[in-house]
Amino acid sequence: MARMKFICDAERCIECNGCVTACKAENDVPWGVNRRRVVTLSDGVPGERSISVACMHCSDAPCMAVCPVDCFYRTEDGVVLHDKDVCIGCGYCSYACPFGAPQFPSNGSFGLRGKMDKCTFCAGGPEANGSAAENEKYGRNRLAEGKLPACAEMCSTKALLGGDGDMVADIFRARVLTRGKGSEVWGWGTAYGKPAEGKKS
Amino acid sequence: MRRIAILLGCVAVLGLAACSEKPQQTAGGKVKGSAPAWQGAKDEFVVPGWKAGDQASWETQMRERGKGQNEYARIGSAS
Repeated sequence: MARMKFICDAERCIECNGCVTACKAENDVPWGVNRRRVVTLSDGVPGERSISVACMHCSDAPCMAVCPVDCFYRTEDGVVLHDKDVCIGCGYCSYACPFGAPQFPSNGSFGLRGKMDKCTFCAGGPEANGSAAENEKYGRNRLAEGKLPACAEMCSTKALLGGDGDMVADIFRARVLTRGKGSEVWGWGTAYGKPAEGKKS
Repeated sequence: MRRIAILLGCVAVLGLAACSEKPQQTAGGKVKGSAPAWQGAKDEFVVPGWKAGDQASWETQMRERGKGQNEYARIGSAS
């Protein structure tokens, strides 16, 4: 049984926002709502890192715990989804989520807040898989089409990995072992090679 | 006078009869679940190579698709 997870490799993310664009285009996400965002730390200084953040489909999801109308559910693949027909748009989930995943479309000038919208791991919602109703409310159901989430598949540097947790962990582990860590990864030595011993540089 | 009082009483009773409350139960626990992804989607974008409705086939497809994210496996080791 698969347990779907995302992982973002901060050494590879180049802040291109391809994942954000892929998500918005694939799921027709409305203006003002970003299911996925790229967060940059230490912007402009050596050691700058970016990571792509969306719903992490937590195993013990705090949004599920605080929802007063119990609109969340978890699929058998470990994807945390919600039912927009039940959601009342209260916003408790956005306070509970440590990743800022729940988003609320604002449709009016006076602080109107719509029903919550978040990353679905491209797994749609409670409506029939691939139906027009599901597409309208939640976007594409790529998992039911035999595909992985658009953000991960679109990532040009493969910083963002998505899929079965064991599989993405294996890919990440192999990558870390191959490239090394610390100064082996980033810096002068990586860009220009290390000076050979006994030679003047 | 008595008739007026009776009439007013009838109006008051009718007015009260119009009062009612909407049910205020929450929708908690009534969430619809999704159909499993391995059952497939009924649209034209389903990728070939697996059989909708066959869980093992879907899991194999997802595993193979996921391996495409590993360029060490895809294009060979850069040793």
